[in-house]
Amino acid sequence: MNPFSSGTRLRDMIRAIRACKTAAEERAVVRKECAAIRAAISENDQDYRHRNLAKLMFIHMLGYPTHFGQMECLKLIASAGFPEKRIGYLGLMLLLDERQEVLMLVTNSLKQDLNHSNQYIVGLALCALGNICSAEMARDLAPEVERLLQIRDPNIKKKAALCSIRIIRKVPDLAENFMGPASSSLKEKHHGVLIAGVQLCTDLCKASTDALEYLRKNCTEGLVRILRDVSNSPYAPEYDVAGITDPFLHIRVLRLMRMLGQGDADSSEYMNDILAQVATKTESNKNAGNAILYECVETIMGIEASSGLRVLAINILGRFLSNRDNNIRYVALHMLMKAVTVDFQAVQRHRTTILECVKDSDASIRKRALELVFLLVNDTNVKSLTKELIDYLEVSDQEFKGDLTAKICSIVEKFSQEKLWYIDQMFKVLSLAGNYVKDDVWHALIVMISNAPDLQGYSVRSLYKAFQTSNEQETLVRVTVWCIGEYGEMLVNNVGVLEMEEPMTVTESDAVDAVEVALKCNSSDITTRAMSLVALLKLSSRFPPTSERIREIVMQHKGNVELELQQRSIEFNSIIQRHRNIKSSLVERMPVLDESAFIGKRVGSSQATLSADKSSRPTSGSPGASLKLPNGVAKPPPAPLVDLLDLSSDDVPASTSSTTDFLHDLLGGDLMSPSSSAPSGGGAGTDILMDLLSIGSPSAPTDVSVPNIISSNQGNAGELETAPASVMDFLDGLPSNSSLPGDKDPIYPSITAFESSTLKISFSFTKQPGKPQDTVIQATFTNLSSNTYTDFIFQAAVPKFIQLHLDPASSSTLPASGNGTIMQTLSVTNSQQGQKPLAMRIRMVYRVNNEDKTEQGQINNFPPGL
Amino acid sequence: MGIRFVLLVNKQGQTRLAQYYEYLTLEERRALEGEIVRKCLARTEQQCSFVEHRNYKIVYRRYASLFFLVGVDNDENELAILEFIHLLVETMDRHFGNVCELDIMFHLEKAHFMLEEMVMNGCVIETNKTIILTPIHLMDRAS
Repeated sequence: MNPFSSGTRLRDMIRAIRACKTAAEERAVVRKECAAIRAAISENDQDYRHRNLAKLMFIHMLGYPTHFGQMECLKLIASAGFPEKRIGYLGLMLLLDERQEVLMLVTNSLKQDLNHSNQYIVGLALCALGNICSAEMARDLAPEVERLLQIRDPNIKKKAALCSIRIIRKVPDLAENFMGPASSSLKEKHHGVLIAGVQLCTDLCKASTDALEYLRKNCTEGLVRILRDVSNSPYAPEYDVAGITDPFLHIRVLRLMRMLGQGDADSSEYMNDILAQVATKTESNKNAGNAILYECVETIMGIEASSGLRVLAINILGRFLSNRDNNIRYVALHMLMKAVTVDFQAVQRHRTTILECVKDSDASIRKRALELVFLLVNDTNVKSLTKELIDYLEVSDQEFKGDLTAKICSIVEKFSQEKLWYIDQMFKVLSLAGNYVKDDVWHALIVMISNAPDLQGYSVRSLYKAFQTSNEQETLVRVTVWCIGEYGEMLVNNVGVLEMEEPMTVTESDAVDAVEVALKCNSSDITTRAMSLVALLKLSSRFPPTSERIREIVMQHKGNVELELQQRSIEFNSIIQRHRNIKSSLVERMPVLDESAFIGKRVGSSQATLSADKSSRPTSGSPGASLKLPNGVAKPPPAPLVDLLDLSSDDVPASTSSTTDFLHDLLGGDLMSPSSSAPSGGGAGTDILMDLLSIGSPSAPTDVSVPNIISSNQGNAGELETAPASVMDFLDGLPSNSSLPGDKDPIYPSITAFESSTLKISFSFTKQPGKPQDTVIQATFTNLSSNTYTDFIFQAAVPKFIQLHLDPASSSTLPASGNGTIMQTLSVTNSQQGQKPLAMRIRMVYRVNNEDKTEQGQINNFPPGL
Repeated sequence: MGIRFVLLVNKQGQTRLAQYYEYLTLEERRALEGEIVRKCLARTEQQCSFVEHRNYKIVYRRYASLFFLVGVDNDENELAILEFIHLLVETMDRHFGNVCELDIMFHLEKAHFMLEEMVMNGCVIETNKTIILTPIHLMDRAS
């Protein structure tokens, strides 16, 4: 058996694999072969070890596991013959990696081979070490490599140099040992040694600043000489590529020069002449020459080159950019991105050409060009560049639209100076590539519209117009539907018409038509449909004559398979049908969305968390957001919740409170869901939007969204049933309370404000003399369960005519079974003391057994006269 | 480091030689090879020879039915890598005489030996074809 030929059976195996028609057949052949090899390994078969490993390498290349052959490599390496060693080392490099423990076993063999008398065996060991050595091996074998680096044989020397690169990458501390040998290797003549030596120097510079200083001092001259020699060298057949001697060496030397010249005027100055020579003399009609020019330009950009040299470099890039060869244009674009920081104006001059490259048929070039254009945008050219990009968006390839859209949106948002321009550009993008617009982008657009009262009419009309032509762009549909819902009357009544607008007539029923189209369009997903239903509900109040028609449209979804839609349909139907008197206040326009909070939130959260926002949504419903503030923060409760309890004005019918209660349910119904756990983030205003918009958002995985929707639905359903009843209770209590006229009795009895099976709260009251309107309430919390409550937070909300101040609580931990209490002081000012009784809604949030719990209730048994 | 992997695939997209200079698991390799082969083979002759994929830049060149794909760092000189591919092909040509897919399949280890002499740890180490082939010729003569 001749160990040099891989044996007939290797050929047979390859033939068998080649003959396989399907992947399954191939797997079967490989399985059989692997079984045979395993058997041979377990029999410790020596004759075929070599051949088996060759087979394993082939199998490994095909992508099958071959770990069982690892020990065979070690055995082959340990054998005496060169052919065995050779294949053993090859197997080592292919089948093993530095992370495997087996590798440690090879250190000893490597050490022996590094000291072998045969230069080829030494070369094998160096090569293996250079490719796979670990930090430990690097420490163990560094002395051997250092010694070999001083040997005269160029084949050993070059491999030792590259092996040193691996060693100093693994153990940077060893760098200083290699500085001397590395710089002396630059004095050699052999190209292999030079190229390896130059690369070693480059890595030394990266590894330590000491080495960088040392090489800068000792090697700059040598490098310049090498570059001059190689670029002036006469024809050298073995190194010649298209008339240029060893372009690889050129490039490595230029690269090292860049490291040495960076930030150092003296060495840069020293390199000036030779760089100028390379930049002007190198032939640019062949790839090899262009490769050198390209590297040379990068070096000129990187070092402290003279301005003349920089002009030369920029001109080379300009020539590259107008080259017909796509490879050259690609590298030119790549390099211009780096040149932007060096000479912005010079790159700006090529703007038109670069913009053409954005429209190239080659995806790689387009991508580079687009990134470069993005860097070139500034306040002066943003409008023209955006126009070009948006024009191109219309005709670009489908697969490029995503990138292009993202970049345009980012440019428009970053450089927008006026709201009208921003809105216009966004509308164009939505119309052309709405399906590629990310959620946070169109959320931002809605926030912006909400904050621009003078542009809302214009926005809704433009969107309506755009929607007529491109209703298959999902995000355009969503923004349109939202705007029609909010600003529908501006659409119909032509409110706030801008000068450049063309007059248009849209009837109430046209507006309803548009939303109906969005609702029924096949391409609309659940989020869009849900938004459409909300918009319809809003329109039914804005345009009373259409109310009946809208009810019919809404009712078509009462049996929808999507729970979200079904629920909206049924609930909205009942609002339209049975709660007509409260409807108008219920579907009032959204409060202006908090722009700064939204921007802050957007900056703070990546795309991923935006879609994951749903998971934190239950706690960050609008009214709850500020309730989340820890105890003692003396902030007035947010408006919606105040409305919720607003019993002050007599002319408002009793239903007002339930109105807002409904609204509350609609907007943040799941606020009350028992699973509220995550901390609240961001401002209240944005969260309303996020809630509305992110319901059923398609970017969220279904398995997350479904339970969420269900839990929110449960919350809503419960609320719907109980809320009216409790409100009525509340109201029932009122007359009796207020019927007792201002009792001046300074002593008020303590009350049990709240009691459930798990928690009891009692209030005691004191009044300060001379301040009849002020009451200090001492709240005492007692835990009735057998588990300790932690992170206990008490929250309270009062009607508008009352002011509330919460002092910090005595503790946030409530011991079990009444073995301790939390005390908290509340100061209340009743501006209508004597006419209206105190009323309060409370909520307690705490953790028990690592679960978040929420309890709530309202207190209407305050002693009269407070 | 420069070169992160060298791949040879035929025009059906089957891998014929794979050498990685950084550690990837078998699954990662298979996935990576599949993705870049799909990307590169779909491109036309007129398009440039560079494709950006994940954090690699792929420089590729087609010779008859064989594609040579080299994955490099983002700051590597792409044109130089094209030259390197050509040098590799010329070296194989000199040894096999107009190299074809079968030569590489049946002499996988020799192809690896050549590559080993040219690239070490992701760096080009030798560009002289005679020097690259000397150890292989020595071995052939000994057998």
